[in-house]
Amino acid sequence: MSTPAAGSNPARITSEVVAKVAKLASLKLSEDEITLMTSQLSGMLDHFADIDKLDLENVVPLAQPFPLKNVFREDVIVKGLDRDEVLAAAPAAEDGRFRVPPSSGLGEQ
Amino acid sequence: MTKSFATVVDIAQDIASGKTSATEVLEQHLQRINERESEINAFNLVTTEQARQTAAQVDADIKAGKKLGPLAGVPVALKDNMCTRGIETTCSSKILEGWKPPYDATVVTRLQQAGAVMIGKTNLDEFAMGSSTENSAFGPTKNPLDTSRVPGGSSGGSAAAVAAGFAAASLGSDTGGSIRQPASLCGLVGVKPTYGLVSRQGIVAFASSLDQVGPFTHTVADAALMMEVIGGHDPLDSTSLPQPMPSLSSVLEQGVKGMRIGRLADMPDGCEPEVLARMDAAYAALQSAGATIVDISLPSLSYCLTAYYLVAPAEASSNLARYDGVRYGMRVETGDLHSMYGATRAAGFGAEVKRRIMLGTYALSAGYFDAYYGKALKVRRLIANDFAAAYEKCDVILTPTSPTVAFPLGDKTSDPLTMYLCDIFTIPTNLAGHAAMSVPFGTGAHNLPVGVQVLAPALGEQTMFRVAAELERAS
Repeated sequence: MSTPAAGSNPARITSEVVAKVAKLASLKLSEDEITLMTSQLSGMLDHFADIDKLDLENVVPLAQPFPLKNVFREDVIVKGLDRDEVLAAAPAAEDGRFRVPPSSGLGEQ
Repeated sequence: MTKSFATVVDIAQDIASGKTSATEVLEQHLQRINERESEINAFNLVTTEQARQTAAQVDADIKAGKKLGPLAGVPVALKDNMCTRGIETTCSSKILEGWKPPYDATVVTRLQQAGAVMIGKTNLDEFAMGSSTENSAFGPTKNPLDTSRVPGGSSGGSAAAVAAGFAAASLGSDTGGSIRQPASLCGLVGVKPTYGLVSRQGIVAFASSLDQVGPFTHTVADAALMMEVIGGHDPLDSTSLPQPMPSLSSVLEQGVKGMRIGRLADMPDGCEPEVLARMDAAYAALQSAGATIVDISLPSLSYCLTAYYLVAPAEASSNLARYDGVRYGMRVETGDLHSMYGATRAAGFGAEVKRRIMLGTYALSAGYFDAYYGKALKVRRLIANDFAAAYEKCDVILTPTSPTVAFPLGDKTSDPLTMYLCDIFTIPTNLAGHAAMSVPFGTGAHNLPVGVQVLAPALGEQTMFRVAAELERAS
């Protein structure tokens, strides 16, 4: 199996797409990181193009190894996690709740 | 090969019979940690005080004539992606540094109930993403057999802890080979059970349709015992299979007479010649023990890497969305909620984790879903079909666990794709949800251990352990 050099097909993904994906993933990346990520992802996507030659037209996707059904438990009250113990692990808490900074609605990435 | 340390079975017997005490056994292991841990870096945390308390309790129970669990007094290490109540659980990531979970993972509870003594939390590639344990935020783990080389990954700390005699056994997690490959590189037995056989409740999720928990041990009998303790249905894990754990310890002497062993007719390139030589020896050993060797093919094998490196990052990008600086771990304070998410995740995650989150988010995003994630799921079906056809002709399949023996630190860190190629033989099992294990079978280049991988269909653990035991007898 050959390993294409990173970035051998720069057209596969652009830095604009990488910047957009970073925003979708809530990851603040520096310009340098976006450049490096564009080159590395491009190299990987080149490699992953090996499956393009397969005829997958009539193949049923497999998302889970075994058919799974939703599992329900008896509708009885059970003890949950201890609230104080959970909140003690949070970066900020107040009045029995998680505390977060205000949301401007848009965010700055 | 590995220096021989006492096995789980022997330690449990010697403690139960009064030949030694849990405290004495623990102190021997702590002594070895004192001597070599600064060189190996197997642990993120050594839980000395808790371990001493548990060992003292086991000794008190023996004195009081109480009934003992099957692992009473056995020192066991846990990969640091398994929740331990009140004890730091980091996934070797800065984003979770200092986090103390409010509950125990089910496997942790089961080990405790069996009397095991938890000796520490082991190092891993951050969030189990890697094949060398070099992606840890807390520094790489070294292979105890040659400290210039990697122990494999991502459960490299768990493998190194057992290989160095720091613990008699350990638990790891295996999403694409993260138990079997380090077991192979460190000369240990490592088991990836059938998807759903071992509970994942309280294991930090990486790729939920692939992750499984399993043991590292020196012997096949030890692995069987560990599996019997941790396996079986758990109502707290909705993917847990609704059946009891089959007995494995009882089948180890049954041999392989009449069994059909699958041999890959189309072996992928890139295997070291010494590794292939050990494979030939393994087939010969099973044949002389009465098995038949059958040539099989897995035509989609070479496409598994692509399917895996799209499916696993896609699931990871979703699972890791929870690390946002709100409920646990670190936070980078900014004035605004959304910029806090972005800044926290940028500061908390390492390069490989960011790369996989980006790859997964891209593969799932509008416009690219069908071309990448959708296609990967179809390839996943092809490999499952390949296995189904192969298992019509054979009972188990034998492959190398890793194409190479342990490689030098830094050898594969510059190009992520080279590192991904380490997983070529281990990934297909995870995609299919089947059982697999690695068994040490002699040495290859540089006198380093070679592992043979035994693959079995879903819930084929009994057959798989019979073959593993036969290989162990022949090695």
